Amino acid sequence: MRQTFDTMGTVVSLEWPGNLSQLDAVRSLFEAADRRFSLHRPDSELRRVADGSLELLDASAELREVYATALGWRGETGGAFTPHRPDGAVDLNGIVKAWAMAEAGRALGDSDWCLNVGGDVLVSGQAAPGAPWVVGIVDPADRAVLLTAVPVVGARRAVATSGSAERGDHIWTRGRERAEFAQVTVLADDIVTADVLATAIVSGGAASLDDLTGRFDVDVLTVDREGGLRATPGMRELVAI
Amino acid sequence: MRRRAAVASVIASAGVIIAGFQIGSAVSASRTASSSGSSGGSATSTGGSTGATPGATASPGATGSTGSTGSAQDGTFNGPTEQTPFGPMQVAAVISGGKITDVKVLQRTNQGGRSIQISNQADPMLRSEVLQAQSANVSMIGGATYTSEGYLMSLQSALDKAGFTG
Repeated sequence: MRQTFDTMGTVVSLEWPGNLSQLDAVRSLFEAADRRFSLHRPDSELRRVADGSLELLDASAELREVYATALGWRGETGGAFTPHRPDGAVDLNGIVKAWAMAEAGRALGDSDWCLNVGGDVLVSGQAAPGAPWVVGIVDPADRAVLLTAVPVVGARRAVATSGSAERGDHIWTRGRERAEFAQVTVLADDIVTADVLATAIVSGGAASLDDLTGRFDVDVLTVDREGGLRATPGMRELVAI
Repeated sequence: MRRRAAVASVIASAGVIIAGFQIGSAVSASRTASSSGSSGGSATSTGGSTGATPGATASPGATGSTGSTGSAQDGTFNGPTEQTPFGPMQVAAVISGGKITDVKVLQRTNQGGRSIQISNQADPMLRSEVLQAQSANVSMIGGATYTSEGYLMSLQSALDKAGFTG
């Protein structure tokens, strides 16, 4: 069964065996995360931290955990990923969605399902017996066209894509006016790693691409400003003719 | 053995031949590099694509070599950058006790000539090499985050509608 619902300013698409209580669990999980972390809600906990009315030390364990995770990734990516806006305010937008997706994945268990939240995809099992889930990757130059498709097999369950064109509000390019890559897709074992590294590579450009693909067990497909593609060996195998 | 095999496979995939280590002052080490390379097998067995052999290309710096390997200097020596179908490639050999004990594949990047290890390097790929996909053949569409409004005009939206009715 397939179902969609709005949350976090985007849309969730879920294909799963059809257990409605699982759908409810996933939906309330995203709604709770949005209530806590949205900077667009004046009453959200993160908004109160951002405007200084709530001390970080007094914040919930969940918020502090997500913030700590984000800080850890800032270190891992050499600052290419950061939970702070240029003005210094805490902004966890870049990690909350993936973090909630990971939670949703645990709620869905290990049956056959496929979860898409605003263009980032986490899967379990397969689409049909013997057929893997296949994630189409949009061409950033024409979003009505697919660039290619990535079959999601084995331990690599997460496909995250970041772009510098659409809704790049949580990606700050470092020291450049324009990002080198129009779009970066990262395939990883978990969705937080995939999402954070996709964001970091858009932010940090080719230097971050080389650094992060060397240090993390991920596969990457990039589209540069001129439409040129780059792929790691594993990604090349998956998307080649 | 595992490392050697891994190195060999990296070299094989890159189509690189270890050839002529340019070591400047260490003349005899360059001979050691080429002879050990051929005896090791991992370096030269993958050759043929460029027609180069270690002997033929052996280092510009190898003038006056005596053939003695006993005087080889230990250390890490970078080879010249070779153009390959995968971009400019460079190898480095670690020489210890007159023998190559490790081979590393480096790549000259465009960032100020910094060399990096390329275990999982993202290399250019032509669009014609990429599988062309139709949205009907995929389960979900990945892309940079769309807004709720953007979703309405997205391929994902079309796919979801098809999923509801089909």
